[in-house]
Amino acid sequence: MSCCAPGAESALDLAKAAGPAPDEIRLASRALGDGLMQTDLAVPGVHCGACIQAIESALGKLDGVVHARVNLSTKRVSVKWRGEVLPPIAETFNRLGYAAHLFEDDAGKDETLWELIRAVAVAGFAAGNIMLLSVSVWSGADEATRDLFHWISALIAIPALVYAGRIYFRSAWNALSHGRMNMDVPIALGVSLAYGMSLYETIHHGQHAYFDASVSLLFFLLIGRTLDHVMRQRARTAVTGLARLSPRGAMVVREDGGRDYLPLGEIAPGMRLLIAAGERIPVDGIVRGGTSDIDCSMATGESAPQVAEPGASVRAGMLNLTQPVTIEALAAAKDSFLAEMMRLMEAAEGGRARYRRLADRVSALYSPLVHLTALLTFAGWMLATGDWHRAITIAIAVLIITCPCALGLAVPIVQVVAARRLFENGIMVKDGSAMERLAEIDMAVFDKTGTLTMGSARLENAGEIDAGALALAGAIAAHSRHPLSQAVAAAAGRLDGGAPRFDRVEEIPGCGIEAKAGAVTWRLGRAQWALGRDEADGTVLARNGIGIAVFRFEDRVRPGAEEAVGRLEADGIPVEIMSGDEESRVALTAKRLGVEHYRSGVLPDDKANRMAVLAAAGHKVLMVGDGLNDAPALAASHVSMAPVTAADIGRNAADFVFLREKLTAVPVALDVARRSGRLIRQNFALAIGYNALAVPIAVLGYVTPLLAAVAMSVSSLLVIGNALRLSGAYRAAMKQEEARSSALARAI
Amino acid sequence: MTNLAILIPVALFLGALGLGAFLWTLRSGQYEDLDGAAERVLFDIPEGDQPESGA
Repeated sequence: MSCCAPGAESALDLAKAAGPAPDEIRLASRALGDGLMQTDLAVPGVHCGACIQAIESALGKLDGVVHARVNLSTKRVSVKWRGEVLPPIAETFNRLGYAAHLFEDDAGKDETLWELIRAVAVAGFAAGNIMLLSVSVWSGADEATRDLFHWISALIAIPALVYAGRIYFRSAWNALSHGRMNMDVPIALGVSLAYGMSLYETIHHGQHAYFDASVSLLFFLLIGRTLDHVMRQRARTAVTGLARLSPRGAMVVREDGGRDYLPLGEIAPGMRLLIAAGERIPVDGIVRGGTSDIDCSMATGESAPQVAEPGASVRAGMLNLTQPVTIEALAAAKDSFLAEMMRLMEAAEGGRARYRRLADRVSALYSPLVHLTALLTFAGWMLATGDWHRAITIAIAVLIITCPCALGLAVPIVQVVAARRLFENGIMVKDGSAMERLAEIDMAVFDKTGTLTMGSARLENAGEIDAGALALAGAIAAHSRHPLSQAVAAAAGRLDGGAPRFDRVEEIPGCGIEAKAGAVTWRLGRAQWALGRDEADGTVLARNGIGIAVFRFEDRVRPGAEEAVGRLEADGIPVEIMSGDEESRVALTAKRLGVEHYRSGVLPDDKANRMAVLAAAGHKVLMVGDGLNDAPALAASHVSMAPVTAADIGRNAADFVFLREKLTAVPVALDVARRSGRLIRQNFALAIGYNALAVPIAVLGYVTPLLAAVAMSVSSLLVIGNALRLSGAYRAAMKQEEARSSALARAI
Repeated sequence: MTNLAILIPVALFLGALGLGAFLWTLRSGQYEDLDGAAERVLFDIPEGDQPESGA
């Protein structure tokens, strides 16, 4: 797929590697003015310096290309070009062996990230300088010097509070004005009260000022928040960079026979669209001209391709396999099958909407408790001494010391480390709440086609077929994109019996491939057609109507599927298969994987309904699926996962997307989620335990700024250190696993 | 006290200088592609064929 293994992808993958059509690229290009155009492409295959050089130099040599630059972090390439004709960008990528595709424009740069980074920088600058002055005060600066240092600290703290603190003030205000409570409320309150009290002390030449605590708290918390954001951003970029499966437009045949490539939004019912072999159908329609095989697996879950003859209806998202067809659009894109799935998804109220994040639940309990303690402290000191100033000072000290620095870090730090672990295993997680939800599942439902199986067939009886016949069949099959042909070609590829020559090869949709070599006619395909007899069944290779070999196929099971199912069941999570495919195929897969419960022929809205039924029964269900028909169920489930090959909306609906082929990604993600759930709870325990120790000291009035700073840093470091244990424990587990699998390999 | 009057402004000025430099690098897009920058430093670029900065 890349520089490290050039040409590893065989011609079989041509259909997948074809990349976006020139018309599609032109449609997605932006005009920069002055005749300059910019095209951005996602190229997930770039991963080293050699890739950058190969792509930049190859693109740079093209006529019309002004500038080409690879961004290795986001795995994107931007090409600036000018002129009437689009430079052969897609062809260049194909030639180099990289899959390039257009991606959904995510509105340029991520402003929130830059705002957070600027806030971290300002808070860091202020915290460093104030700490410098505070150390001098702690080490004994007196009277005038101390006052001077306090005044300077107060001045430095203002921009930090206003600029860096507004992120917390905004969020806290948002929560309060909606009558909710979040972790940012006690933070915002603690920070501003600490500042206000310190300013009062400074004006009255007091001894203790908490400017350092107030600003370094912001600094620490902002770091956690920024890391959290970076992690989610990275997963999002990786997901938006994936190939879009739905086309951006279609070739419209006008009344006068002329052709226009129109964007999806401009396609109206009644238009005639030309769909080439290997393209996806953009809108619902009826076939008017041509006959072809259609792969419906993405739309309905059926794994066997259907024949589409004139008059047959097709739905958006289906893939045209063998011959070009003309369809008449029946609905605009917004009323097509895809849009129907979107509506179902919106109607489905998934776990995401119902779930309240752990941190929010904790803070809903924690904040009132803290504020009540502070209030009681104030009341107690008022009663005991009658000294206003003293009572307020001590009450604020309680708020400062209980300010949830460690609590604010407890969740994001663990989730950042966990997301990194998942990332290394090729699993993208959309947000932190997904991990919390995954940790509590008690049931898993899998789609079949494309999830448990690869959506492609495998030749089952390759060993029984004569090698010569298989090689010949492979040579014929190589002319077709039909999944069964590809399976034959893949099986024959390893045998190689000298390439035979044919005078003419023709694919007959719904039947098979006919190859003529002199007087001999070879037919590979449906037995009735190839042998010319009605009672024949199965797929055969025939020479002049006489059968030579019979081919049997099976759904190719996704690697690691068996292990994934086994590990989930061993973990006490029952597994169910829910597929739109026909009964016999689903039963076969279920038996192969040892899954007891399965449903077949399930319609998309029934899939979503099943999720709702399970949720109503108190189950927390993980849904793993890939098709358009799974998207509503993915949205309706407690937590969802999709393979990278999934339909666009399925991928967007899923909480997790796994990039590698192996289905063991599911138990791996579950394992990481559970571990991080445990660590988060430990972190909460640590943070609350620390508060239990510190609060009595504060209530009794013994807290000094030095003590507050030390306590805060120590508790934060403890929490961070505990979070990092996730990577240590995980590495050890992975090593064990490797050792086990290599021992297994040796045993075999 | 007089040395403080010099040292504190100097310390603050240097800190602000660092902050300003960081914000400038941020604005000029130097953190857009950190992985790429790590690889590009190893490229041999022929004289007079420097790539244009930024993107």
